[in-house]
Amino acid sequence: MTTTAGTTTAGTTTAGTAVAEPVRSDRTAALADRLRRAVGTERVLTDRTQVRTYECDGLANFKVTPAIVVLAESRQHVVDTVRLCAEAGVPFVARGSGTGLSGGALPSADGVLLVLSRLRTLSPVDADNRQVTVEPGVINLWVTRDAAPHDLAYAPDPSSQLVCSIGGNVAENAGGAHCLKYGFTVNHVLGAEVVLPDGEVVHLGGRAPEHPGYDLLGAFIGSEGTLGVATELTLRLIRVPEAVQTMLVGYSSVEDAAGTVSDIIAAGILPAAVEMMDALAIEAAEAAVSCGYPEGAVAVLVIELDGPRVEVEAQFAQVEEIARARNAFETRIAADDAERALMWKGRKSAFAAVGRISPSYFVQDGVIPRTKLPEVLTEMKRMADEKGLRVANVFHAGDGNLHPLVLFDDAVEGQAHEAEELAGDILELCVTSGGSITGEHGVGSEKRMKMAKQFTPEDLDTMQLLRCAFDPDGIANPGKVFPTPRLCGERPGVRKGEHPVQAAGLGEVF
Amino acid sequence: MTEITPGSHDQGDAPPPGSPGASPNVGPVRDSVADLPAGAPTGAVRAADEAPSAVVGARRPLDIGQDIDLPAGTGAATVGTSTLLGLPSTRQAVQPAFDDHHPPDPALIGDCVHCGFCLPTCPTYVLWGEEMDSPRGRIYLMKEALEGEPLDDSMVRHFDQCLGCMACVTACPSGVQYDKLIEATRPQIERRYQRSRAEKFYRDLIYNLFPYPRRLRALRGPLRAYQASRLGSLLTRTGLMSKLPGPLMAMESLAPKLGPVERVPERTPAAGQRRAVVGLLAGCVQGTFFPDVNAATVRVLAAEGCDVITPRRQGCCGALPGHGGREEQALDFAKRTIETFEQAGVDYVVVNAAGCGSNIKEYGHQLRDEPEWAERAEALARKSRDISEFIVEMGPVAERHPLPMTVAYQDACHLAHAQGIREEPRKLLRGIPGVELKQIAEAELCCGSAGTYNMLQPEPARELGERKAAAVLATGADLMVTANPGCWMQVATTLARMGKRMPVAHTVQVLDASIRGVPVEDLLERALTGPGTALARAATSDG
Ligand SMILES: Cc1cc2nc3c(=O)[nH]c(=O)nc-3n(C[C@H](O)[C@H](O)[C@H](O)COP(=O)(O)OP(=O)(O)OC[C@H]3O[C@@H](n4cnc5c(N)ncnc54)[C@H](O)[C@@H]3O)c2cc1C
Ligand code: SF4
Ligand code: SF4
Repeated sequence: MTTTAGTTTAGTTTAGTAVAEPVRSDRTAALADRLRRAVGTERVLTDRTQVRTYECDGLANFKVTPAIVVLAESRQHVVDTVRLCAEAGVPFVARGSGTGLSGGALPSADGVLLVLSRLRTLSPVDADNRQVTVEPGVINLWVTRDAAPHDLAYAPDPSSQLVCSIGGNVAENAGGAHCLKYGFTVNHVLGAEVVLPDGEVVHLGGRAPEHPGYDLLGAFIGSEGTLGVATELTLRLIRVPEAVQTMLVGYSSVEDAAGTVSDIIAAGILPAAVEMMDALAIEAAEAAVSCGYPEGAVAVLVIELDGPRVEVEAQFAQVEEIARARNAFETRIAADDAERALMWKGRKSAFAAVGRISPSYFVQDGVIPRTKLPEVLTEMKRMADEKGLRVANVFHAGDGNLHPLVLFDDAVEGQAHEAEELAGDILELCVTSGGSITGEHGVGSEKRMKMAKQFTPEDLDTMQLLRCAFDPDGIANPGKVFPTPRLCGERPGVRKGEHPVQAAGLGEVF
Repeated sequence: MTEITPGSHDQGDAPPPGSPGASPNVGPVRDSVADLPAGAPTGAVRAADEAPSAVVGARRPLDIGQDIDLPAGTGAATVGTSTLLGLPSTRQAVQPAFDDHHPPDPALIGDCVHCGFCLPTCPTYVLWGEEMDSPRGRIYLMKEALEGEPLDDSMVRHFDQCLGCMACVTACPSGVQYDKLIEATRPQIERRYQRSRAEKFYRDLIYNLFPYPRRLRALRGPLRAYQASRLGSLLTRTGLMSKLPGPLMAMESLAPKLGPVERVPERTPAAGQRRAVVGLLAGCVQGTFFPDVNAATVRVLAAEGCDVITPRRQGCCGALPGHGGREEQALDFAKRTIETFEQAGVDYVVVNAAGCGSNIKEYGHQLRDEPEWAERAEALARKSRDISEFIVEMGPVAERHPLPMTVAYQDACHLAHAQGIREEPRKLLRGIPGVELKQIAEAELCCGSAGTYNMLQPEPARELGERKAAAVLATGADLMVTANPGCWMQVATTLARMGKRMPVAHTVQVLDASIRGVPVEDLLERALTGPGTALARAATSDG
């Protein structure tokens, strides 16, 4: 549809001040006026000072100032906003808490940023059916907090769980330390109410555990905001396990530690979490929080088992056995919650702590088949040595999700560049080892160019077909996930004239 | 492909041309100010995993078993409205936003990795769920200002709306010093931004009144008369109260019940063996509205073996004006306080008001530019202790008599977040036989008092006050204990307004009662109706 050219000039609009109005196109100016009428003046931001605070998410080196920010407070606000965007052919980007690490919530310059952080109501927990229905802006940890009195919990536990939103988790298919046993977000969402990019409200999945037909819910989860906006989610809750046991194991070689991980799983044991740290990461954590990890360890594993008490106890003995067979020189079992907390503290502080042993570092997020751990780590070390750089490793070893930290000193000329190259090479190593370019942080803006490394053009075109089925006009979070922005095939008679995105030189029709 | 320190977005993959961000319709995003350190210490994930122990802030009838109804729509929206305090905006754009006199430090701004871990503990984010009213957003606004954006009405509004509660400092895994940043920003606003006549008048009134004990005392007479006359109740009943301007209404509603002043002697000898000579900071608001607290502090200190010096001629320590960005006034007060305690010749300076304590501990930083003062300021800061911190450090010796009761201890932000003192008061309270502590839900969330905040921003302060009051009530405790006059007034008056009065006391009053063997009924009675408590006034100025 064509848009009416607005004539709003700075200062004549209702909000903000005369001075700091961002330069906007007629198209977005007119849209802003319509949005104000639809959702209320106080929920539409165009004031430059204010909208600039929405320029970036957790990946702060990508910045785009949105033309308009809408603070939705109800599903109707979302529907109205999306519909008006669709009518005007203006792109929109959903945003939850803005903690994403791949620039997924990076705004469109000539578009609307649809903020969902005010949609934060939780329905009462349905303890009998172990479910809860929440709005998308609800923070991950609140779900577990509400479920706790019923002895229930929400399993996906990203490290950012105290701030990231359920909507953002669903969009990124977020994971956490306990995903090895419990799975990612996709395994814990039963149903979603979604506003499609044309403003239509649909329900994917439902309250029942299984649904006939295509798994559209599965397709939506992890789609990074490119298929629509979730306005309500029904989540599965798990029973809090009867027993939890945590152990810390020290090794003299990375290969032995990695081997232990494979052996445990080969033995049919599924730990709740298996986390690994190498010598550099241990050194950093020790410096930061004195977690008392085994002295002289080249690698440590933090292994957590949970479940019925008898089972946990039996398997724990088995794990100890396996570790010993792999030359573990020290095995410590947490006697109480305080000791358990200390073990986790070391692991959890590791990222922040690396800042203590290096002026700067890059964090990568890649996946490899678990069995390839020893050789990938060896190869990574060789690549780092070649460049004279150090790589610290902290990772979810159980599911092969690596977070290599490439250390460098930005005071040394060219080292940042070298480090960046190495970080890129490591990702390619993950792909050639049969893994993937992201474990849990998503593709977003950051890794879209890397998609071409992992997928053939045919693969990407096929994905694009799915996207087009949901969003033929390409207005939902454009420019993310795919290496080059493309438009969906023309459908005769629907659109007149040149597509606005194409006209703006933002995309090509294919 | 890589995570780089914010402020160095010239590194990494720049989005290719043709991607969003390249639109000609929007001014290009300005490159960061050159002096933000490039690529400096961390990547976004530096903050990973270090989660604060608890999380607060679900917006819905709280999960604490009470039924206050927060309005749907997450409280007052702060966007798009052109007024502040019911006062018109000024439509200014000061450029550059900051002058050279200690603008917010770009290096400190660079420490923020934009991870958002501070959002859920920020009271204004809890209320409004918008980025500009979150710590991360406010730091971003400072960055914008350093990069050349003007200091305009909306920027000032979002800084003004910050309570200065420092919950974000506690929450931040990257150690961002937001306290230093906001303290550098406020004086810039006061210096460079012209507030509207009405707002300026109101601010002048506050800052020319509260920090001056003598003026405050002069106010006590008329205020007591006013309270005795029940004029307040009359105004409320007739609805006239709601006709007062918002700020005045807020001021009126906060005044606690005044009683006769218990004089604190200039020198009080230690009971038994002397262990230290300490000076007591009397505080301006504390000393005037809560003289009982000072008297109790002196008794407790003496009982624990201290000679207590309470210098006669002491005034405000500078906390109130400092918080409001009135730097000159604050520094004057600081110097006066330093002199006073230097002359007193004490080993320690003990403070019983959290806001004053955190301010004095910052003296060294505040006076760093003045060579003749810097050293002395630092010396006083080193000597200063909160009363609970001090007693725990010394090791309590005086015998405690039982006080069988349940206590809800409310962390004052300037004790818990600004000074990191959480365990000490709890330890002292637990040390009293019979005292059982109750946990308050959302303990780290500010009650909305925040120095002069409840006078300057009555709306959000009221919402936060109700949230806190409800959480305190839900504990079912016999007594609420806190360590700051502001929190006391805020919560007590809110409870009264909700028709749910409750006994409130300072930590040191409970210790005093225990040491002196005061029966628990007497303590609770005095904490309900004695001086400093809220006036009984049913559902008033809730407009
Ligand atoms: C310190 C730190 C640690 C982290 N640790 C982990 C970790 O352990 N595991 C992990 O998986 N991630 C982790 N992350 C990444 C991040 O927290 C997750 O990706 C999270 O799911 C993002 O949620 P958000 O609410 O912040 O979403 P945002 O960043 O606001 O948005 C993320 C994406 O979701 C889309 N989106 C948001 N809401 C909706 C909606 N309602 N409907 C449709 N699309 C929507 C956005 O368009 C965007 O593409 C970490 C981040 C940080 C900063
Ligand atoms: S202030 Fe700290 S917690 Fe908040 S966004 Fe910045 S780094 Fe994260
Ligand atoms: S000081 Fe308090 S109100 Fe201000 S930004 Fe920090 S948490 Fe929010």
